Amino acid sequence: MTLLDRPVAVAQAAVPLAPAARFLPSLAAVYRAQLARARVARIPLLFVATFQSLGILVMMRGVVDPGANSAAYAVVAGSSVLVVAFVALNLLAQYFGRLRATGGLDYYATLPVPPAAVVLGTAAAYASFTVPGALVTAAVGAVMFALPLTNLWVLLAVVPLAGAALSGLGAACGLLAPRQEIATLLGQLGMSAALLLGVLPVDHLPQAVRWLRDLLPSTYGVEAFARTFEAGPDWAAVAGDLTVCAVVGLASLTVATWAYRRATTR
Amino acid sequence: MSDTDRLAPQAMPQGDLGGPGPDAGQCCTVRDLAKTYRSSGRGTGRGRSRTAAGSGAVDGAVEGGATGEIRANDGIDLDIRRGEVFGLLGPNGAGKSTLVRQLTGLLRPDRGSVHILGHDIVRHPERAARLLAYLGQESTALDELTVALAAETTGRLRGLTRAQARSESADVLAELGLEPLAERPLAKLSGGQRRLACFAATLVGERPLLVLDEPTTGMDPVARRAVWAAVDRRRAERGTTVLLVTHNVIEAETVLDRVAVVDRGKVIACDTPGGLKALVDGNVRLDLVWRTEAPVEVPAVARLAEQAERTGRRWTVRTTPEQARELVAAVTTGPAFAALDDFTLATPSLEDAYLKLGGSGGGLAK
Repeated sequence: MTLLDRPVAVAQAAVPLAPAARFLPSLAAVYRAQLARARVARIPLLFVATFQSLGILVMMRGVVDPGANSAAYAVVAGSSVLVVAFVALNLLAQYFGRLRATGGLDYYATLPVPPAAVVLGTAAAYASFTVPGALVTAAVGAVMFALPLTNLWVLLAVVPLAGAALSGLGAACGLLAPRQEIATLLGQLGMSAALLLGVLPVDHLPQAVRWLRDLLPSTYGVEAFARTFEAGPDWAAVAGDLTVCAVVGLASLTVATWAYRRATTR
Repeated sequence: MSDTDRLAPQAMPQGDLGGPGPDAGQCCTVRDLAKTYRSSGRGTGRGRSRTAAGSGAVDGAVEGGATGEIRANDGIDLDIRRGEVFGLLGPNGAGKSTLVRQLTGLLRPDRGSVHILGHDIVRHPERAARLLAYLGQESTALDELTVALAAETTGRLRGLTRAQARSESADVLAELGLEPLAERPLAKLSGGQRRLACFAATLVGERPLLVLDEPTTGMDPVARRAVWAAVDRRRAERGTTVLLVTHNVIEAETVLDRVAVVDRGKVIACDTPGGLKALVDGNVRLDLVWRTEAPVEVPAVARLAEQAERTGRRWTVRTTPEQARELVAAVTTGPAFAALDDFTLATPSLEDAYLKLGGSGGGLAK
């Protein structure tokens, strides 16, 4: 007990700090680890995400005529981006919510890794999971609705940019929600909004709902992709929509990084 | 008795293992550390829900009545020397995990100072990650990774290059006998194996201080032995300091150089395990288990009945060695012996010391 009475020995020379992990290598390590997780835990969910979108295509095929019309464009583009919303927004919100609630964030917080590397690496991995599902959905949808397959390559820009916007939102929801259940709820609500507001043809929606639709980042991914089905697409408008996704992505990932920092330093 | 599997101190390799020398220096200095959570309502308040991750560290701490204030710890002082295995012992909810979270920079104290290897952790909590490796109680972040990838990723996030992380991780897995499980995901392992895999990840990317929160929970004796051998090796070769959180008395007695007993958010004693046991005044403990009813018609047993702490058929007496010898003689002859199912005579344990110190938890989990 007398040991406690000794003076504080802070005057000693400080031990040199071990180097901190640099941003890009740790981003790569987080990304690689998250992709590996997918093999164990995420593949069934990726099938669910894809089948959900394929089911919506089949359902909407009964309501919307095939061929060159804006409703068909919206259904195919909306179903494809829905895969991104399901995984990047909904599943990522749940993942971070669970990590935070169970103390799993302590693992990262006690490693010298930049917060942005954890958030971006995880978000990038979740966005990557969605690529196959989004491509399959778009191809099947284009065939079902007799739309040209020539511009499907644009998904290679739509998925990462919409993925950045939606995964940033998902990560922020998961990290900011005070309880795990609320993180799950927010993720589910976000995905439902992306489904209803993205898949339903915009001409049939009331004005108030259209405003809501304009607030949702996935909308711009849907619009960008839908435009490319037109004969002679307006590429400037496509680029404009994708820029919105990129800006929202930047903002939401910044918020998510801030939320991570907040969640790990109490 | 499986908790005593660690190599006995005399069996350890030669070196400066008999505890650090007088000029070994300080590793960790804590002064007047305090943290109070303010919860707006029971179980739903922000402070409370946030500390749920701290493995319920607050549950047994002092609640401050009407204001809903929960004192997780209050005026903690600690001195941990370089190269020692230092333990925090206390019942569930004593505030051990809260203290560890403050030392690892995860939780900002309301008051007080924490210095680790010359760095102010309260002012620069981010430095903790570059000074220490922490094994928490949860493995959620690693659960879906394979054992090898969990260790390698952790090494990379500790600043190692990919090649370094891979080779260190391979070495640690070999050291802990985890090679057969290297390609299995953590989530598919048993609790003890998963714990060992997380311990392996903790060791990749060397740090001068290891903070281990109940590292051997759920482990079988082989795994436990591997953990303590790995700790001893690092201490002998690199002078690594270990801060161990435990509520396992037997483990505490066998592995610790010194131990701080934490109760209700305060350090109520700090000494070597032997020093703490000496507080029990050289008394011994006699445990008797009767087959059915105790034969109280035997005078010695009747006298014993007044002294003993009785739980069903089990009686416990703490007494002097001389009296214990007489009691043993009395109960191992005649009708008393016929009624006796089992008995043990033991020197005091840390649990006895803890109870003597006035620990509130009604004894430690054993």
